[in-house]
Amino acid sequence: MRTQQFIELFPILQGTSVNGKPLVYLDNAATSQRPQAVVDRMDEVNLHANANIHRAVHTLSAFATEAYEASRDAAVRFLNAESRQEIVFTQGTTSAINLVAYSFGQAFVHKGDRIIVGEAEHHSNMVPWQLLAQRTGAEVVYLHMGDDGLYDLSELDSLLTHSTKIVALAQASNVLGIVNPIKEMAYVCHAHNVPILVDGAQGVVHCKVDVQEMDCDFYAFSSHKMYGPTGVGVLYGKKKWLEQMPPFLSGGEMVGTVSLEGTSFAPLPQKFEAGTQNFANVAALATALELQSRILNDSELNAEFSQTVKWLCNALTSIDGLTLYGAPGDVPMEFKLPVFSFAVDGVHHEDLAVLLDKMGVAVRSGQMCAEPLMNHFGVTGMVRASLLPYNTMQEAEYFTVALKKAIKMLK
Amino acid sequence: MEQIGTVKDREQQVIEDFAVYDDWMDKYEYIIELGKSLEPYPEGKKTEDRLIKGCQSRVWLDARKEDGKIWFSADSDAIITKGIISLLIGIYSGASAEEILASDFSFVEKIGLSANLSPTRANGLVSMIETIRRMAAE
Repeated sequence: MRTQQFIELFPILQGTSVNGKPLVYLDNAATSQRPQAVVDRMDEVNLHANANIHRAVHTLSAFATEAYEASRDAAVRFLNAESRQEIVFTQGTTSAINLVAYSFGQAFVHKGDRIIVGEAEHHSNMVPWQLLAQRTGAEVVYLHMGDDGLYDLSELDSLLTHSTKIVALAQASNVLGIVNPIKEMAYVCHAHNVPILVDGAQGVVHCKVDVQEMDCDFYAFSSHKMYGPTGVGVLYGKKKWLEQMPPFLSGGEMVGTVSLEGTSFAPLPQKFEAGTQNFANVAALATALELQSRILNDSELNAEFSQTVKWLCNALTSIDGLTLYGAPGDVPMEFKLPVFSFAVDGVHHEDLAVLLDKMGVAVRSGQMCAEPLMNHFGVTGMVRASLLPYNTMQEAEYFTVALKKAIKMLK
Repeated sequence: MEQIGTVKDREQQVIEDFAVYDDWMDKYEYIIELGKSLEPYPEGKKTEDRLIKGCQSRVWLDARKEDGKIWFSADSDAIITKGIISLLIGIYSGASAEEILASDFSFVEKIGLSANLSPTRANGLVSMIETIRRMAAE
């Protein structure tokens, strides 16, 4: 499909104005816009199939359960997981990683053990591991990132000791958008018998993911960054790990039998889905996943989009005094997500974001939940423009003009 | 430095200064100018305890009490924030604690800043005002 046809799926992208200017939405790496079909699916379940899932025998509950479980099937297909037991619904990437840090940690991580985390990670893939280390007396060892935004395979290899229990890395950084060779990293980890968790929050938006091919042990992503509802995330985990892990949250739904003496737990994946789930939103995840699969395979749309992305990348790097971090000059373009974080000499990132907002352009500014990465580059923050295939060449051009105008005002 | 008039007079003056701008660009250019012309702030006073929390940019605010009046000085690494803090200092520096605590800071709304600033910026502005009030109350 053409870009224009894709745009038509999103009500907010049709004539929304911000501060009297047409909205140019370039904060997609934080949250994407939601198409009508996803909202319709949420409405359908909320308005016509609302009953608590799994437990009740009545028909309406069966409808809701079917809608919820259909998303699990969709997630199995989308990630090419081996079975439904490997897909756990969470509130998002953050809660998926917390689940693993807590539950895998409880089963396998002890005093003196090592946990390897990338230094460029989002705080959501860093803080849960730091807390796990605090609880258990394990140590977190950080894998360095090169200025090109890539982790070094041989350094990873050298850090993997016999006491290493898990490695946690992002498929692509939310700031730099550089895609790491996760398959190779998983291979290196497995050579030392260490499992790897992949934070796929950004990667899943732009790359086809096949967890069996990647051979990761855990893969986490959020629905809201790829056209889906908020408050929904997916944790993929290899069955052999999930089976050995104790429950994270406990209560309703996740039990086998409960007595005053003790409790047995439900089989996978319900063991990790305690309490009433966000079932209407989870149901709509299937719609988003179907759309995302179509988009990733749409060569016409992607050809147009990659022209826009390349144009913007060149336009940004040609602005005087602008430093683009994770520039694709260092890596081939197919390993660079349309996520452009930059700083301008003598201009504060927040000032740029405020003035861009006045001109209708939504960008992110600040540390972007990656303070250690900011420290790596010696900056207090950056501006980030992140695109999705509904962003047009005209928007990229307008953004560039607006950015130059803002810089001129501030210098 | 002596202040002219009361806090209320100075608030009114700022409201009138802003009334001439109907274009956002002119308004922000004026704020940026204010930021650039803010009196230099000593590097030695850029300390953790003078840093205002709740802003995306860093803002340092220092207060000195003399003869029943409070004198503020401040700095920020972002120029728009610096312009806004310059407005606040222009009004509240040299006032008595009673005068500061009696102000409702509604001039911020009247010059269209609270609505015009991004949410994080608006929070930063709230934090700046709260800090000025807290320093006056101490």
